[in-house]
Formats: sequence, structure tokens, C-alpha cells
Amino acid sequence: MISDETAIPNSQGDSVLNLRRLLCPLPVIRTQDKIKTLRPGDRLTVQCTDPGVMHDIPAWCRINGHQVLDARQTGDEYVIVIQVHA
Amino acid sequence: MNPPKKAVALISGGLDSMLAAKAVMEQGVHVEGINFFTGFCVEGHTHAIRKRDGDKPKRNNALWVAEQLGVKLHIIDIIEEYKQVLLNPKHGYGANLNPCLDCKIFMVNKAKQWILENGFDFIITGEVVGQRPMSQRKQLMPIVAAESGADDLLVRPLSAQNLPPTLPERMGWISREKLFDFSGRSRKPQMQLAANYGFTDYAQPAGGCCFLTDASYSQKLTDLWRFRGKRDYELDDIMLLKVGRHLRPRPHFKMIIAREDGESRFMSGYKSEFVSLNCASCRGPLVLIDGETSEEDLQLAAAILARYGQGREAETVEVTLRSRQGEERNITVKPLTPEQIPAEWFL
Repeated sequence: MISDETAIPNSQGDSVLNLRRLLCPLPVIRTQDKIKTLRPGDRLTVQCTDPGVMHDIPAWCRINGHQVLDARQTGDEYVIVIQVHA
Repeated sequence: MNPPKKAVALISGGLDSMLAAKAVMEQGVHVEGINFFTGFCVEGHTHAIRKRDGDKPKRNNALWVAEQLGVKLHIIDIIEEYKQVLLNPKHGYGANLNPCLDCKIFMVNKAKQWILENGFDFIITGEVVGQRPMSQRKQLMPIVAAESGADDLLVRPLSAQNLPPTLPERMGWISREKLFDFSGRSRKPQMQLAANYGFTDYAQPAGGCCFLTDASYSQKLTDLWRFRGKRDYELDDIMLLKVGRHLRPRPHFKMIIAREDGESRFMSGYKSEFVSLNCASCRGPLVLIDGETSEEDLQLAAAILARYGQGREAETVEVTLRSRQGEERNITVKPLTPEQIPAEWFL
């Protein structure tokens, strides 16, 4: 499928998920599936291009108890930083 | 004291599944939601693509419902598995390419697997007897329960009193008297129940959540299969059927013409997969070409594109052709008039 989907750690050792060009709900599904592999307290940064993620990923985090540390738009991209529920 | 029983509710994002989950939660059952993504869901995608929908909330209604209910939601990607449901539906299609009964059986079966894997006790759906012509007729409801393997672990709270008692009712996990006897196509009982629960905002009252129920979409999917010579698809295929005007000027190629900037931006992500065209001498939409084209075909496609650009009244328009590898060249064409584009080219 057309996507840049990748998962790599950043310089702090946090996971970074590249979900550019995926449309909702796929960024939510990929975020959900990635978080299942992380430990409480871990941080995940997701990089997206669908503006819908600014609503959907924080909503998913709220109902599942994870914390959104940052959500920002940079040009055509949306970056959300999540801390996994302890 | 026994721990509360646990149920998973199929949450579509519509009102019925929201009410069904709430009705069981009211009886002290721990409920979590499950939502299946087939690739054909109307949710999200087109709202995100199309700029003119920018004033609508870009929310996923299933997530929104889960948040209103205060329950967890598990969204499951079933794109690959769903192909067999769509391509080979045992119970056939509805008015278009909607395999509603097979779809419901498949999803309830997935929910059954999920409750076994996650230690839950039963399944909730928002089905209402007689509400939908294909999947919610009373005589078909036992088929969903039986063929999904859920059997009497499948509870339809909104119509429970019209159906045989399920295991959770017989065991006293939930009270049948506190469930409902809704039937038929009227939405009034659901709206009254929503008001009783204090729900003032909810998504589409019924239906309209799957592209396969749409005649135009189904026609485009049928065309895709016919001209590829096989009934199959990838996610990108079904995504592209949701955007743009689709014209087939010749049997061996199709044009996808963006209708506005949001679609052009989305389609530009596919430039390495398709030959693409755009107007060079004026503003105009992006076009993707699906199929193999000759020089004559490209001239025709460029003239059609020019008709949809701002140079449609000009004597000539310069069009940029781009190969999948990114090589570009310009050609000059005379825009076609609307009369020169036969209606049968439009899918």
C-alpha cells in the first residue's frame, strides 16, 4: 500500500511511528497496535498527514488512559507524542 | 461476590449500537467496544481527503461513541480478511455490492474470537428486527447467530424481547425485562431511548456507513474488476474509488480527475504509481491514468483534463505529462467541450 509507515526509535530511545499518508482510522489502528508492544511510561511519537488524527488519536488515548504530551501541526504534518498509560 | 460479567459491543458509530451498549452497561456489565475497519467505511477517509468537508468535524464516530459511553474501543483492521466476504458472499449482495448478511456474520464471528481471546462473556450488537431489508430481517437473525458461531452469546438488546432468550438472559447475567422490543424501520423508539439516556448528539440515525451500499461506488468497483480481468483489490484501489471523477474514455485506460484541492493533494501521493497529468498554463486538477496508454490516448486525456481546468475556454492549454518515474514533458491540446465528452465515459 502507498504509505511511508515505519517505526524507528528517536535519539531519546522513544518510538517514532511514521504514519504519513495513511488516512483515519488507520493511524489510530497502527498507534493502538504499536502501543500494545510498549511498556507503561514509554513514549511514542506519531507522524501523520491526515488532519483527522488531531481528533482521533487524542480521543483514542483518552478512552484508553494514555496521555497525549504534545499534539502539533508543522506545515502539512501532524505530530502527536503519547505516553503509555502506567 | 462475583466479578461483573464482561461484554464486547460492536460499535459502528451510529445510534443503535450506542444504545445497545448503554442498555447492557446500565445492568452493571463491564462493556468494551470493538470496531472493524474493512476499507469501505465511509468514516474518516473522505472527510479527510475532501477540502469542502473541512467545516465538518473530522471525528471518528466509533471513537466518539466510545468516549460518550466511557468505554474502551478496540479498532481492528480486517481489510485483508474482508476480501473473501466481499468477493464470495455466501448469502449474496444487496441492492449494490453490499454483502450485508455475510458482513454481519463475519464481524460477529470476529467478535466471538475476540471474546474467547480476551476473557469476555458475551457479544452485543445494535441490530433491530426488521430495520434493514437484508441483514436485520427476523428470520435472518438466527442465521447470524448460528453461522458466526456466537449462538446464544449474541445479545441484541434493542430487540431482545422479540427474540429467544440468550444465555446471558437465561443465566441472569442481564435482565430480559430491562431490554427492549424494538422492531421495524421507525427510528422513534431509538430516539426516545437516546433522550432517556441523555444522548443529544449522535451520528447518522441508520445506514450510510459503508461505500458498498452506494450505487456509484459499486459501479466503479465493478468497472475496476471488469477491466483488470479479475475480481480482486488492494486498499489503494478502493481508496482511489472514493475520490475524484472517474472517466473511462477507452476500454484500456481510466482517468481519475481530482474535483478539488484536497483530492489533488491526496492523489499526488500516487504519482509514482500512475502516469499523471496537470495543467501547466493554467490552474487545473491533477489527473491519474489507470491503464496503459498510447500517445493518442495521452492527447485525449490531456484534452479532457483541459476541459476541467481554468483554461477550458482557451483556444489551447499546455498540459504536463509525468511518467511513473517522474519524467515530465509538456504537450499542447485544445480543451474538449462538454458535448465532446459522452455521458457513458463517466463511471
